[in-house]
Order: sequence, then C-alpha cells, then structure tokens
Amino acid sequence: MTPTALHQPPPPKPYRIRCCTVGGCLSAHGLAIKTQLEAAVTAAGLEDQVAVVGVGCLGLCSQGPLVQIDPSGDLYGHVTPAHAAPLVAPLAATLRLRSGSAPSPSSSSSPLRLRSGSASSSSSPLRLRSGTVPPPSPPLPRSPTLPFFTRQHRIVLENSGQIDPERIEDYIAARGYEALHRCLRDLEPAAVIDTITRSGLRGRGGAGYPTGLKWATVAKMPSGQKYVVCNADEGDPGAYMDRSVLESDPHRVLEGMAIAAYAVGASQGYIYVRGEYPLANRHLQTALGQAKRYGVLGSQIFDSPFDFRVDLRIGAGAFVCGEETALIASIEGKRGLPRPRPPYPAESGLWGCPTLINNVETFANIAPIIRNGADWFAAIGTEHSRGTKVFSLTGHVQNAGLIEVPMGITLREIVEVMGQGTPDGTPIKAVQTGGPSGGCIPAAALDTPVDYESLKDLGSIMGSGGMIVMDEHTSMVEVAQFFMEFCMEESCGKCIPCRAGTVQLYQLLGKFKDHRATPRDLAQLEALCDMVQHTSLCGLGQAAPNPVLSTLRYFRNEYLAAIAAPG
Amino acid sequence: MKRHQYRPDALIEVLHQAQELYGYLEPELLLPIARRLRLPPSQVYGVATFYHFFSLEPQGLHTGVVCMGTACYVQGAAQLLRTLEQATHLRAGETSRDRQFSLSTARCLGACGVAPVVVFDQQLEGRQTPETVRDRLHTCLSAPPAP
Repeated sequence: MTPTALHQPPPPKPYRIRCCTVGGCLSAHGLAIKTQLEAAVTAAGLEDQVAVVGVGCLGLCSQGPLVQIDPSGDLYGHVTPAHAAPLVAPLAATLRLRSGSAPSPSSSSSPLRLRSGSASSSSSPLRLRSGTVPPPSPPLPRSPTLPFFTRQHRIVLENSGQIDPERIEDYIAARGYEALHRCLRDLEPAAVIDTITRSGLRGRGGAGYPTGLKWATVAKMPSGQKYVVCNADEGDPGAYMDRSVLESDPHRVLEGMAIAAYAVGASQGYIYVRGEYPLANRHLQTALGQAKRYGVLGSQIFDSPFDFRVDLRIGAGAFVCGEETALIASIEGKRGLPRPRPPYPAESGLWGCPTLINNVETFANIAPIIRNGADWFAAIGTEHSRGTKVFSLTGHVQNAGLIEVPMGITLREIVEVMGQGTPDGTPIKAVQTGGPSGGCIPAAALDTPVDYESLKDLGSIMGSGGMIVMDEHTSMVEVAQFFMEFCMEESCGKCIPCRAGTVQLYQLLGKFKDHRATPRDLAQLEALCDMVQHTSLCGLGQAAPNPVLSTLRYFRNEYLAAIAAPG
Repeated sequence: MKRHQYRPDALIEVLHQAQELYGYLEPELLLPIARRLRLPPSQVYGVATFYHFFSLEPQGLHTGVVCMGTACYVQGAAQLLRTLEQATHLRAGETSRDRQFSLSTARCLGACGVAPVVVFDQQLEGRQTPETVRDRLHTCLSAPPAP
C-alpha cells in the first residue's frame, strides 16, 4: 500500500521544458514565461511530445529567469516571455526531422546542445544556428557543465529545479516518502536515531549541534506530549537557502519532520515560516493538504499506529525569532522574547513540553540519510563536518545563486571557480558568512576549507549559509556598522547588554565611519564588544559583536585610518 | 475570521488576517481581538508592536520597499533608498501626507541573486540602479492603486 501505487504516471514525453517559477525568477515574470512556452508548444502542435513544467530553483539565480530543457540539459538565462517561440522552434524542427520514428530521449541532434564546458559559453553564438530566431535576441544557452554546477553535490537540493513543487506525485516519483515508509515498517525509533547519529549530521541552522544527539535527548524524555518544530525563520540577510528549499521541494521537509517525530515520539509539528516568504508559505500549505490526502501525514500513517500532524505558523518579521526559545514564544502567540537556557527546549519547550527544533536544511537531509544509509552520508565531507552545505552565494560575484557543496571545499573554489570571481574583475576583499552573527573572512584566507571548526577559527561561523562576496571597494567599517544597525534594531530589548550595547557600538562605529574616532574610541569599541559578547542572554546579543571583531582582526588598518584622518 | 477556535495562541495568525483585511491594525480593532481571544489588551498591543510586520498606521495607496539585506547592501541598496527618499521627501517608514505612497525597508527578501531589489506595489524589481528606481517610482505613482 505505497502511495506510488495510487497514481499511474502518464507516458513520459521526450522533451521537458522546466521553468523556474520561484524566487527571483518568479518576480521576473517566470509564470508568464511558462504560459508563453505552453502556448508556443500548443501552437507547434507538440503537446504530446513536449511537457512544460514549473519547477523550483535552478540555482543560477543571477542569470534568471531560467529555463532548462531536457534531455539536453541546456540552461537558458535572462529569458523573457518573447523567447518562448524561439526556444520551442528547434525542438519542433528536431521532432519533425524524426517524425515517424519514436523520438528517443537520448537524442544528440538538438541544435541547442552546448556541452563546451568552458566558462566562456555566455557569449556563444551557437544558439543562432537554427536560423529561426525572430527579433528578440535569444537567451544564451548555459552549459550544465559550468563549474558552478559540476562542483556541486546535491542532496538537499536534489529535487530543486527538477520536480514541480506543487505536485506530491512528482516528489513521490523521485522516491519521496520512501524513507518515512521504511522507518515505519522496518525501523524502531531508536534505530532511526542511531542512523542519524552515525551519519554525523550536524544542525544546519548555524551552531552545528549534532542532530542525532538532539533527537536522542528529546526521545529520552518521558513519553507524553512532545513537539517537533521546523525553524524556517530564515532571518540572516543575504541568505535564502531555506526559502528556496521550501519553495522548490516542500515535501522533503515534511518527510524529514515526520521521521523525526516518529523517532522522538511526537505527534504534533509546527513549521515556523518567515512572513516575508509568501510563496514558501503557499507551497507548504499546498504540500500539507496533499500529504494529508495521501495519508503520509495525519492519523495512522502507512497503516501504522503513528500519527503526526503539522501546522504552519507564519512569522511576523522579527529576527530574534530564529533563536529557539524566542521562536517557541512566538509559536505560542507571544512576543518573541528569548529566555535563559537551560532548560533547553529538548526538555521544556513549547507549552513546557519536550520539543525538537531543527532547521529546514537539517530536516531536508533526513530522508536521503535514511534511504542511503548513515555510511553513505558520513563518507561525504570532512571528519567533523559530514555531508554537504547549501550556500547562497551572493554579493560581488559573477555567478550568484544557490549552491550545495561538500563540506571541506575551499572558499576559493566556491568564490573563484564556481562563482567566477567578481563581475568586473575587481579583486575580492572579503567573504562574509554567518550573517549578522558571523564575520568577514579576508581574501588571504580563501584557501580555508569550509567546515564548522575552520570557519570558527577564522572568527566567523558556518551560519545558516549566507555567503556574501565583497570586492575591494567595500568599506569594512561600513559593513560592520551595517550589521550592528541590524542587531540594534532587531534586539528584542529584554537584556541590557544587547539592548544598550548594540546602540553604543553602532554609535562608536558611526564615529569611525565619519572619521571622527579617537584612539580611546577604539579601545572602548573592543571593550564593549567583549562585554556584549559575554553577558548577553541569547545568541543574537552574544554574536552581535562578531562582525566588528572579525573586521577589527583582519582590517584593523581601516579602523586606524579612520582615527588618523582629521575630521 | 477568527476560526482559530478563539485560541489565545493563535493571536499572531489572527493579527495577520486582520491586517490583510483592514490594511493596518487600528487600536479599535485590537480591543475586540483581545476580548474574543480572552487576552489582556496589553498583550495584544505588545505583540502587535513587537513584530515589524504589523502596522498600527494606515499605509499609502502605493508602497515602495527597499531591501536592505546584506547582498543588496553591498550592491548599493543604501543609494537606492537615498534616491527614493529624496524623490518622495519621505524617510523610510513614513507615508506621504496625501496617503499616496509609503516608503519602507525590508530585512532581506530572499531574492539575493538579483540584488539589489526594490518592491513597488508588491512587484519585485531586481538589479536596480538609482535611475531605474526613479523611473519605477513614477510609473508606480501614476498607476491605479493596487487592490
């Protein structure tokens, strides 16, 4: 009685045009492009041969809106609705050539094909070969062999851009809910936790707490009401991995949550999504409805005694709610104020019950680990940081977008090889990771491998996955002040070091920015950073000085220059 | 509207709905919400003011939101904001006296791949420059108000 048996998929069509209809591409008329492509396919009479589907994020967001055509895998950037006909025309020509014989998906005669693998494909005129291109200049084919794609290792994002996020059938066809089925049928909860522990998965929300250990703690609590919470309050500015996962593959997160609930003995789950992400919210609503109808959520899942319900909670714009105790308060309908830990939410969380809180990306890793085994996952990455990490590579970088890379890859490889450096060739000055709680890593340290410990040693953190490249023209003092302003405004005001300290730090940084600082200001800045770091109640305050400290460490000359200059 | 079984913990959901229906949260609206959910008015007011998403004042007919996320910031979002502030004689968070336009900033809209971004009347515009936002502001103001 697997859900796959319920739906017989229609015979596959030889060509599939996938349009990104989420995120930045959607705002650049992604839906209109899809509609136009459908119209063009109908006009060419190819409905039986070419499928047009809306999919999630294709990754290379800076080139959006993106369209990818199967089976060739050619990727087109900067597509407009007017490009629909020229994109379909070569497919029609190929199909006409082969009319009579059944078109084979492994055809290599597509005129669009471009597998040069060179980074210079952006200006390739190859696409013009078909000769049927009307006035609007055609989108440029992007080879799927760009290092931006080939250096990735996709686990969390394996379905992103491949399946229609609004169809549970697509997810199931991609082996979705198989892991949950296996857990319920073959595995004891303890065995599930053991698998996650052995996989070495660590929390992807930023701090990197071992996931298996967290699950075991909640599981050990006396049975009774327990909760599983998915933290989708992705507050770090410059990071949008969770948004993309939720928009592109929402069922993966639900499946991870259901497995977690089975393992720890919870029957109710909450997903706390940022209010700024209306589409993620909508896709989750759709996914929840479908999952309930298919019986993979709700009562007696897969005819087992296991029940699990999930409710959505929409955030209302407060960065501090990403902190787990504040998030709990917010789910309870209160002001999102953190409280001291312990007790940790694993012991006393939502309404005083044991609560497991994991990040979106953590949950997204669960199903593949169960499917492929702990050893498979543990073989990826480094000794203490297993698996992969999704980053949103943004800022002054040519190929901006979402990437998933194995842990241990160097920053240089990400920024210079995959991102291909800055758009205008200006040297890179720093890479910022970890959002307002992280730090700026100088260009000199780009050969550092990406793992939890190495980034911490550099004075930054892994964080949730924002990676912002800054070129030489960026003022580090201004960046530090930018983050401090953020923390100042987002401070909930409960504890004084954070509430008052961030204001003082902001004003001090303002003096540096305006070249009004004195040597005493520098000493005070450092003392204050230390104080706020060590006396704040929650992670927001404790980490607020990080951007200042890391820029002081690597770009102290900019602060000194601000003192030296007469003002 | 309040089909959350009048549960006090659904306060944030109820406020979301109320704001969607009325555009903003009038104090006169908060009182009945407090009564129906059996919560002290102080707590409802406290929650409504804590979260940035809720507005206690009416918004303009048209809105402009400048994303101030890090990716947008390093690509010149501050300049875009300054341009709009000068063009409208408003500061971020203000609404013009004739209620035509509200200017505000956002933390991060998750569209970092096309940074810097500005949202005019719910339509997100990527890769903006001071020139394009000025043009876009004019088309936005001359368009009929969004429903």
